[in-house]
Formats: sequence, structure tokens, C-alpha cells
Amino acid sequence: MKRRTFLRHTAHAMAVPGVLGSMGFSFPKGNSMATLLRRAAESDKVLVMIFLEGGNDGLNTVIPLNHLSELNNVRPHVFLEEDELLSLQQSEVAFHPALSDLRDLFDEGKLQVVQNVGYPEQNYSHFRSTDIWMSASDSHQVISSGWAGRHLEEEFPGFPDAYPNDDMKDPLSVEIGFGTSLLFQGVAASMSMTLNSVNSFYQLVDNEEQPAPSTQAGDQLRYIRLIAKQSQLFGERVVEVAQKVNNHVNYPSNNYLADQLRVVSKLIAGGSGTPLYMVRLGGFDTHDSQVEANNHARGEHADLLTLLNDAIHAFMRDMEFHGIEDKVLGMTFSEFGRRIISNASLGTDHGAAAPMFFFGNAVKGGVVGKNPVIDNHMTYDDNLDWEYDFRQLYGSVLEQWFGLNDTERSNALFKNFETVEIIGESSILPLGREVSARNLFVYPNPLNGLATIRFKSQNSTVSIELIDLNGRKIQDIYKGTPLAETNTISWNTEQLRRGRYFVILRSEAKNEVFGVVK
Amino acid sequence: MSRSGNSDPRRKISRETVAKYRKVDPVVFEPISQDFSPRSRTALDTDLSPYSGEWSETQAAHLIKRTLFGVRKSELDYFSGLTMNQAVDEIVVPSVFPGPPINNYEIPDSGIFDPDVTSGNTWVEAPYNGEIEGPRIQSLKGWMVDNILKQETTIQQKMTLFWHNLLVTQFFEVFVAKASYKYYKMLYDNAFGNFKELIKKLTLDPAMLFFLNGTFNNKEAPDENYARELQELFCIGKGPNAGFTEGDVQEAAKVLTGWVISAENFESHGELNSVFYDPWHDTSNKQFSSFYGNRVITGRGGSAGMEETDELLDMIFENNETALYLSRRLYNFFVYHKIDEATEANVIAPMAEIFRANDYEILPVLRALFKSEHFYDAANIGAVIKNPADHLLGLWRTLEIDTSDLDIHDSLLKNVSLIWSMTELGMEFGDPPSVAGWQAYYQEPTYDKFWINTDTVTKRAVRQDSLIFPTWGHWVHQDLQINADLLAFIETLNNPGNPNDLIDECSLLFHGIQLSEEVKTGFKSILLSGQSDDFYWTDAWALYQLNKSNEENRGIVENRLVQFFQPFLQLGEFQLM
Repeated sequence: MKRRTFLRHTAHAMAVPGVLGSMGFSFPKGNSMATLLRRAAESDKVLVMIFLEGGNDGLNTVIPLNHLSELNNVRPHVFLEEDELLSLQQSEVAFHPALSDLRDLFDEGKLQVVQNVGYPEQNYSHFRSTDIWMSASDSHQVISSGWAGRHLEEEFPGFPDAYPNDDMKDPLSVEIGFGTSLLFQGVAASMSMTLNSVNSFYQLVDNEEQPAPSTQAGDQLRYIRLIAKQSQLFGERVVEVAQKVNNHVNYPSNNYLADQLRVVSKLIAGGSGTPLYMVRLGGFDTHDSQVEANNHARGEHADLLTLLNDAIHAFMRDMEFHGIEDKVLGMTFSEFGRRIISNASLGTDHGAAAPMFFFGNAVKGGVVGKNPVIDNHMTYDDNLDWEYDFRQLYGSVLEQWFGLNDTERSNALFKNFETVEIIGESSILPLGREVSARNLFVYPNPLNGLATIRFKSQNSTVSIELIDLNGRKIQDIYKGTPLAETNTISWNTEQLRRGRYFVILRSEAKNEVFGVVK
Repeated sequence: MSRSGNSDPRRKISRETVAKYRKVDPVVFEPISQDFSPRSRTALDTDLSPYSGEWSETQAAHLIKRTLFGVRKSELDYFSGLTMNQAVDEIVVPSVFPGPPINNYEIPDSGIFDPDVTSGNTWVEAPYNGEIEGPRIQSLKGWMVDNILKQETTIQQKMTLFWHNLLVTQFFEVFVAKASYKYYKMLYDNAFGNFKELIKKLTLDPAMLFFLNGTFNNKEAPDENYARELQELFCIGKGPNAGFTEGDVQEAAKVLTGWVISAENFESHGELNSVFYDPWHDTSNKQFSSFYGNRVITGRGGSAGMEETDELLDMIFENNETALYLSRRLYNFFVYHKIDEATEANVIAPMAEIFRANDYEILPVLRALFKSEHFYDAANIGAVIKNPADHLLGLWRTLEIDTSDLDIHDSLLKNVSLIWSMTELGMEFGDPPSVAGWQAYYQEPTYDKFWINTDTVTKRAVRQDSLIFPTWGHWVHQDLQINADLLAFIETLNNPGNPNDLIDECSLLFHGIQLSEEVKTGFKSILLSGQSDDFYWTDAWALYQLNKSNEENRGIVENRLVQFFQPFLQLGEFQLM
């Protein structure tokens, strides 16, 4: 286990309340600091990726209100009437009428739209463009590993031989769907646990059997499956985690995406340390019948967006129900958007750039990016230009959600892409919390030269110290009575030896702890 | 003529010596401890009468999987195009002998040098050399692997493995490579001959005289080891009617006194032989039990003592149990692990009849079995759990993995890596776990379920995955990892551009029983990347075919095939044949 990078994940949420609360450092019996670190890891951040398979029509999902008449001209067969659209607060775009709950999330600042995401030299093949999105390659580059796989490979070296272990008991990633996607394919090994279906998850958890014929061969098959199940690297752990969670908010029925997200919720709420999930919703390849002839607000696309809307809504409520809404970030993506010009068959062909959604309590919110430009003279060959390369968004997640530095991000993405603000300040330093380690934040972490310590404390005397794992004070970093609410100090860590440490903010009211590593 | 006492190689070897060559600890299998109750209840009513039902790819694939290792698409096409009778007649015949193993072990920087055999030449008659026996045994075992990978479309290789499992010697225990080669060649040459002849040759085989102490069996100190296994494991078995006694074991041991390994050619060039050393022979009369009709074998002095061995074998082969026992072992190896009363009556007894009617000729029984309606009974199709050779070497053959461009050293290293891979899965070629062979073929009630435990099922998956993932590869050494060429493989299919046909054709090749429509749909969704129209795959395949050098087109198809084949081979159905 490469503790250095692993720790970085734990550091953001590193709170050990009650443990270092007194000056005496009396650890609960049987707990070492390493165990506490692991426990912190179990509450680490999660990214849930929703793959909209087939190419989602961005122009009918997030509608640029300043181009309604042009849209009516160039895509009359699928055009949505203005009075049906869901308007958003302080925004130049509106949502498809099926997205009412997502609109509410947007208005609450829990959903962010990034417009015009694509890549240079768009490929219009489902297969190829899916591979490009999953592998994070250039348009003409063929890469047989996925960006998430490469990221996990870097974070968890030695997978799968050295796993599960005390530091990582859980699958590195979980995806639901037949087969392992390119997304989680590392250079050497696949980094995901694949659940073929939602059913196969419950079969695993409830110890149910898949059907097998009542024949000699069927008997052999049942035996092999039984042993295979017992041998699943993470199977037992997944069952253990999932069985802890019996209550959920209601999820909509007949909604395959909701079924999948319910599984994800079970795992996260049960304490799984799995940081990455991918679920799928297929059917977005709406060449025809995207809308109903008499009512463009209905049809296949509306049905799909309804599934998406209802599933995300239930998932977010469930996260809140379990009290883990702060640590989950959601993201939608699709291999491409659809053509500007519509088809007479009430559909649209393969296109280029499209919007992405990011959702969760942590997002910054609002709309990033300009409205796409539509004019009345567009022809069939015209496509929406990209404003943001999709890899910029991956990079932003890796940076702001998982704390990767430039070098680490480019290991996963091959290049350094300029990042976009996705995660709100509030997720790093949330306001109004009584006891929270987030009153103290140190970065970069792992430490590298000059570090910055941000802390909140006003008009009271505080000291900031560095201690090692044995509780010995290594350094007095700061002592004083700051006047501002949020304060920033610089801390030179050049002389510090490699190892794990805790930065402690001591004040009359409380002590805050932040784990760091060098 | 003398006993080879001074040259007994076992005095020269130690466990450390063997450990030097055995890179992997043999797997110790435990019988099933979990509650596992079969659900198939109905006895099969089919028997040994000739099969006259449908002869489609399903039946042809069944025959090939059970008689060869894995099934290649070209083989399936060929044999399903014949009649059942033609197919069996072509498969159940001997193969041309592939030529002996060679000195391929002088690998640069290994420090191995064989003073008696130049690189590329065979060592099978070279003088014993304690330093080189290990590499020679590796060469022999690698040759066994290679013979299977390059097998002709006959049952020869599988029959030889059948005999190796039934008539066991352990190469590392014997540790004289040319003795083990001679033993294996003897099994190969007699695989389709006469069972009695084979047992006679086995009785005098130098490796067997080492392995079961025959060469130490003399009138002063009889050693019952071989005499016991000859009856208990090789001929009579332990069936309900196997009534031979301890006395029979002792008397048989006396009959066999005097057969020793000739010291001649041991440390010089030439084939290792056994001889009859009559001063060691027990010349008393041997009295057998009522199981053998109270037969007395009259003791004889001088070289006439040898004749007693023939008389012993006559006696054993006159016993009905011998024909029944071999029939059961063949059935268990080639058809299904469990023999119920109906099968005993409808299949085993008629097989034994054919054995006796043909004076223990093996071919007539094999032909009858593989042409029988019982063999093609739908209940028997897919009902065997692949042994590690069927699993791994079968997979290599089915995926058409071509290693013909390897030089002799890399080829050896490749074969050795396969030997150790199979050893990790529980089957070490040349060294079955005991004289009884691999447990999967005799241990009730677990039988072939032995092959699958939580450790081996994971390792099987790793062996599969390593071939499938282009970035991984079956590890041979730092500079050599071997991958399947999935694109080339599916080009051999009839209709790779149609995802439904692709799945059906592959399922027939890889899986023991066919997949449900639901599962097939799931796998199709991988090829279609979640799209619902088949033409997405068809187009992608066509584009690749149009311009194979186009990296993008190739990548599109290859990525999906990797994602497809990994779970496809991880289905439990792939472990069946």
C-alpha cells in the first residue's frame, strides 16, 4: 500500500473527534493511530459516474434560452416549446420538462451544469467515442486502459495481488453492467469489481442462487458458482457492508438506473471505502422517435430523462437520509451529444459537444460555460463546438475532489489540463459546523516544501503544533490571536523528515486535528 | 547381470534437489466440506447401443472436448461435417509419434551444461547424470505439454494421460529422466493396444520397478508394493466384488521376485532395461485365494521363473473384475464421475463384455463407448469439470495461440510455465500426487469437484485473464509474455460480424452447457457498448476488416473483445465440458 497517496484522501476528512480532544492523547483501547486513519478512510470521498449510453441530446436537455427561435428553425422535429421548459434561477438556460427534481437541485446549488463538453476532432462512432471518453485519449490515439483505472493503479499499487488488505478492504471501484468497462482498466489489471446486474448484487448479498438446470451438468455448474462466489476477492466484504444497510428512502420502481444507484447507496452507507462507481443508463441513441409527434415533451428521450431525474433525486435523498451527502459527488457523461439539425423521423443523429451534470452537496453550483451558438443557417454537417475538453472535467474532479496534484493528474490523463471549478469552497471549509476538523486544512498534502494552513478561529488565542504518531510534539507552527474569521499561514516543511504527522489547532474551545504526510 | 544396487539413483537425490526444480508446491485438495446436494435425480436410461440421434455441432463438440484438449473451430467444422461413425473412427486412432524430447535446457546464463548431449539433440538414451536429470525431466514434462498443444486430432494424447493417471509413476520420485521417458513412451505406444500387454510392460518397466520397489523385491525380503497396486489400483480395483486378499498380495509379490533394473546402460549410453535375476526369485509354489479360484502358480527355478509372471497376469485378466474395473475407469475419465446402478448395468457391464470378447484389446471398447447413445445422452454433455490440462491447454488450443516462432529455449520456458501453472491448479504432469493418481478420478463423492476450490478457481481466472488482456499476457519471462490474438481468433468463426452468431459459436467452443438468452443478451451488450442495434458491432467489424492496419478500427473491436471474453470465460459454464 502506498500510504503516501492513500493518506491524502483521508486527510481532507480527517477528523478524530474525542480522541485527541484532551491534551493527554489517551487513545481508546486497542486503537492505534493507523487504525484511526483507516477509519477515516472509510468515510472518504466518492465519485459516482452515470454513463448515459448512446449519446444524450444536450440541446434538448439543457436548452439555451437565447436561441429558441433558431432551434425551432433548425430542429423543428424535436423542438421543445418555451412554456414547457423548466427555467433555472439566474440562468440563461432551461431544463427539459422531465428534469424537475434536477431543477430543484440546481436551484439549491447542488447541481452544476458544465456546457459544451467535448474534445477536438469529434469521433461520431459510439464505440470509438466511448473508448475516447473512457480512456481519456486524444481523438486519434488508441489507448487500452481507462483514466479511472490508471488513477486507481497509481493510488493502489500492487493491485490485485496485495489486496484486499488492512488498508483497503473494499473493491477499488464498482461498476454495474455486463463486463468490465475500459474506464476501470488499468495498464496491468482491471481495477473494478463488476456486478453484472442489480440482481446479481442482491443474489450475492442475499446468498441467492442463479438458476441452473437440474441436470448433472447443472449440479457441476452450481458447485463451481458457489466456489467462485466464495473466492471473490471482495465478495465477503461487499456482503458485510451491504448487510449493514437495511433502510433506504423509497426509490422509484421500474427504473434501472435507480436500482443501480440504490446498490451504490447501500455500499457507501455501509461504510465501503470504494472511491469510484460507475452505473449506466442505455438507450440515448435516439435517431428516431426521440419525441412524440404531437407532444415533443414526451417520447423516448423524455422517458430516459425522467428515469435520470427520478433516480438522481432518490439517490440524493437517500444520501441525506444516511447522512453521507457531503462525501458523494455525482457526474453524468455520454459519448457525445446529438446533431443540431433534427431528423424527420422525430430524432437526431450523432453529434459532438454536450453538457455534463455534477451533483452533490459539494458542488459549486450554477452553470459553467457559454450557451452554445445556434444560427438559422446551420446545415446537417454542423455540430456544436467544444468549449471544455472532457479531460478538463476529469482533471477537475481529481484535483478538487480527490486532491491530486498536477503530476498525479497527468499520470492519469497523460497531460495537464486546465481545471474548472466544480467543487465549492463550502465542501472544504463548511460554515456553521460546531465540531469539525474542516476548521483546519493543510495543503498540499503530502507536504512538499512550502505548505499553507488555513484555519478558522476569531478573537481567541490559538496555537498550531505538529505532532508525530506517538503524540510527541515536533514543532510549534503558530501561536497567536487572529482577528479574521478565516486565516492563512505559510509553513515551511523543507526540514521535516518523511513520515506521518498531525497538525493540531488548539484553542480554548476545542482542538482540531488534520493528518498530513511527507 | 546384477542388481543395480550401487547405481540406485534415489541414493543420490534429496528433497532439496527436487525442490530446486519444483517451483510450485503441489496443491493439496480437500474433499468437499460444504453441504452440496445434487439436484439431478433421474437415472439415465441410455446404454451402449449405437447412437442414432442428431449429429450436430453440439454432439461433435462434445466428442472433441472429451477426446482432445479443448476444441478448435476448424476441428468442430470438420468433424461436425462427417457422420458420427466417421468422426469417431477418425478420432479414436493412434497418432504419429512426435519424436523424443531434446536438450533444450542449455539456456544462456542458466549454467546448465549437458556433457553427453549437444543442444537440440535428444537425451533419452544419455547416461544418467545427477546434475542434469532435473533439466531433462523439465524437458520431458515440457514435451508432454507441447505434444498436447500440437496434438493431432486423435485421442492419443488424452489416452496417454488417462494411462498416466491410472498407471502412475512420479518422475521426480524416480528422478532418472530416461526411465521416465521410457515409461511415458510405453504408455504412448500401448495406449490403444492390448491392456494385458500394457500391464505386462508396466510390470517390467524400469521406472515402475523404481517407483513401486519391484527392483527391491526378492525372495529374502519380499516387497509387496507393486503386487498390491497391480491388483488394487491397476487391474482389479476396490469395487464391491474385488475380493482379492492380503494373501493374494503376498503371493503375487513372490511371483514377481527377481525382476530388477539392469545396471547396464544406466551410467552409459543406451536404453534402460529390466532383467530377470533368477537367484532372487522365490521358487516356492504360490497359492491364491478363492477370488482367483484357489489357483496355484507352480514355482519355477532359473529363467523359467519369468513364466510365473505371465501366469499371474493370465489369472488376473481371467477375473471378471479386471474388465469391469477398466471400464469404470474409462467411463469416469471420459464420460461422467458417478456410476449408478443403471449405468453399471447398461454401460459398464457391456463395455466389460467387449473387453473380454476381444481379449482386452482397447480400441473396440473405446469405439463402442464414443459411438454409444449413452455418451451422447444430453445429460452427459457438459457434465465434466475440466481438469487443469483441459482448462489451460484446451484454452490455448481453442484460442489458437501460436508459439511456433519461439526458439527451443523459449519454447521450453513456455512449456515449463504451463506445467507450473497447471501444478498450481492441482495437476502436475509427470507427478500425480500419489500412486492412485489424481483424486478427481477416484475419490468419492467429490470426484472432479476436487479441481475447483476457492484458490484454484481464482487462479484459473487469472490464467484466462492473462491471455485475454493485451497489456498482461501469460508470463514466461521478463521478455516473453504470451497473449491470445482475439482478432485472429474470431476471424476463424463463421460469422464474426454478427454478434448473435459470434456468441453462439464461442459458447459452443468454450462452454460446457449453453447460455440462457438473458445471459447472451448481456454479453451482446458488451459487443454493442450498450446500444441496441446489432449493426453497431457488424459495422465495427466490417470497418476493421476493410483496413486492418487502421489502429482506431482495430482498437474499437479489440477493446470490446477483451471486455467480452474476460467475463465470458469467467462464467462457470467455461469450467465445464
